[in-house]
Parts: sequence; C-alpha cells; structure tokens
Amino acid sequence: MRKKRNNVKPRQKKLMFIIIGVALVAAAVGLVLFALKNNVSLYFTPTQVYNKEAPQGRNFRIGGLVEAGSVKRENDGLTVHFTITDTARSMPVVYKGILPDLFKEGKGVVAQGKLEADNVFHAEEVLAKHDENYMPPEATHAVEQAQKGQNVRVGK
Amino acid sequence: MAINWFKYSAPATFYELAGKLVPWFAWPSALLFAIGVYIGFFVAPTDAVQGEAYRIIFIHVPSSILSMFLYLIMAGYAALGLIFNTRLSSMMASALAPTGALFAFISLWTGALWGKPMWGAWWVWDARLTSELILLFLYLGFIALHASIDDPRRADRASALLAIVGSVNVPIIYFSVKWWNTLHQGSTVKFTGTSMHVAMQQAMFSVLAACWLYAIAVTLARVRSIILERERNTQWVAELPEARS
Repeated sequence: MRKKRNNVKPRQKKLMFIIIGVALVAAAVGLVLFALKNNVSLYFTPTQVYNKEAPQGRNFRIGGLVEAGSVKRENDGLTVHFTITDTARSMPVVYKGILPDLFKEGKGVVAQGKLEADNVFHAEEVLAKHDENYMPPEATHAVEQAQKGQNVRVGK
Repeated sequence: MAINWFKYSAPATFYELAGKLVPWFAWPSALLFAIGVYIGFFVAPTDAVQGEAYRIIFIHVPSSILSMFLYLIMAGYAALGLIFNTRLSSMMASALAPTGALFAFISLWTGALWGKPMWGAWWVWDARLTSELILLFLYLGFIALHASIDDPRRADRASALLAIVGSVNVPIIYFSVKWWNTLHQGSTVKFTGTSMHVAMQQAMFSVLAACWLYAIAVTLARVRSIILERERNTQWVAELPEARS
C-alpha cells in the first residue's frame, strides 16, 4: 500500500535542491560583492576621493569627465594638466605621456596614479572611457543641441 | 492531435531529427552573416566618436550576447539532465559548451582589440571584463570536468552542478556596468531600446541572428557526434547505414 503523505517525487526533490542551492550561492556571491563594492569598482569618483574613501598614499584610479576648458599642455608637449570632474567635485590631474585618441574635454576618462601632498593627482596611466551611443557625425550635432541643459551622467 | 514530444528525447530519434535540422540552420546563418558583414562594412556610417574602429562591435556584441545566453541554456539542459535523468539533456549541455566557450573567447579577444585603440589599454580588471573572463573559465572548467570523469553519467552529474552554480555569474556580467564603476561603457542593447544608428543596428542584429543560427546548427551537429559516441554499443547505432560502412 502506498502512503498518501510523503509523495514528493525524487525529481521534485532534486529541483528543490537546485533552486535552493542556486539561491543560496547567488545570495552569498551577492553579499561578498556588496561587501567588496569599492574593490570591484575600477575607479573612484572625485566625490569619493574628497570624502576620503579612496586609499591614501598609494595608487588608485580616478574616473569622471574631463572638465571643459581645463586641458593645458606644458611646453615640453608631453605634460598635460586637466581636471576630472563628476559635476559635484573635481580633481586636478597632471600626466606626462601620450593620451588616448578619445581623450577630449567633456568626455569620460579614467586615470591611474597617486594623490600627492600638493593635492594634485599624479597620473601614470590615462584611459579614455567612451559611451554606449553610436551614430554618424551628422547626427551628433543635432543630439548635442537636444541634450544641452540635460544632466550629464557620470560613472553611474 | 497529440504529438508525442518525448519521442524526441530519446537519443536514437533525436539523432535523425538533428541531422535533418542542421542545414536549415546552417545555410540561413551563412546568408545572414554575409548580409550583416556587408551592411557593417559598406552601409553603416562611420561613428562620430570612434571612427571606423567601432565596426568591431558587429562581432563583439553578438558574441558576448551569445556567450551569456548559451551558458544559461547549457545550465538549463544540465539541470534537466540532473532532475529528469534524461541522457539527451546532458548531451545537449556537453554539445553547447565548446560553442559557448568559443563565443566567450571571441568576445574577450575582439574586446581587447577594440580596447587598445579606444581606451588605450588591451585589458583592465574592471567588473565587466573580469566577469566575462570568469565565464570563459566556467565553460573550460565544465568541459575539463566532464572530460576528467570516465563514466559519462557521473561526468554529466558533476559537470551539471558546476554549470548550474556558475549561472550566477551571468547576471553579474550583464549588470556589472550598472552596479560598479567600470571602464566598459553601459549596454548598447537594452530592454528599453538600442542607442545606435539604424544601419548599425541592422548590421549588428543580422550578425546576432547569424550567430544564433550558427550556434544551433553546430550544437545539433555536435550532439549527433556525442550521441554516436555514447551509444556506440547499442543496436540502433550498429544498424545505422553510416555506421556499417
């Protein structure tokens, strides 16, 4: 005689194990990643640096937009001064080397280096960050006009 | 009309069906790929910011999408094999893995080729790139684990667990550019729409469709080989015309 109770089939049991297992693993991974949020992120924003969330006295990356009108080149042709901004805070950066082609005022940038005592970020490497929009040159002008006044998204 | 769907869950019947289906996916795939490449190179306009180099997106994005979707499908088949003890599901999981790994590799490789001229670096350890690299390692781990166990049914169960647990990585890849600061830009293809010129979209979605059809065709062809290999001692394989010669 078969009992009515306890009639969970083995396949249902396995399915339950898999669902619970995946949920547990996802929760564990989620908690770890949340705890390591600052380590997972590639760079700090100027606001985070200002709030002393960035590591002190050692290398880190800072990211944001190159502030419009801030790029100045020294006479040696290699040393560049510019400001990285997240529209709330900004950070002066000095870099000696070749900049990527996409480096432009108002565009995204990620710089690696150290914040020195002069409160200037001395970059050893500068990377350009482009956005996810692709369009022909004719279309950009129109879009720029439309976007004027709209807030610029930085980083996140 | 009742169709017996379970008929095709038997390797012997699916072997025949898969053989018939392969050309129906392979030829459209080749055609769509040719269309996509043509639009991509000759119709799609130059990008305002990135110039001509952006055109690598037409292979980069489809292969990235495929690498993630194929992983979920593989994990799904592996789970079916584990839950229902169906041999064919596990064989499908094994057949999907090399194609998924190939797409993950293409995604990383084309990404590096694209990153150097645009960002200024071949590789950065940002969340998007690292999680995609982990995806490639999960595929390779799945293949290696399966190959390291002699008994195919035990190999199926062990590698199924790896595949299922690893599926946690897929949403991490997708949302990495939202959750963390990354050098990689946000998604161009979103649920809400695509931030791209129309001709560029046509090229990318043609190649994407071609990649899907390619993945299906190659998986079906590969699962036929796996079926033959695993069922080589059975009567029906011995009776196959291609096995007799």
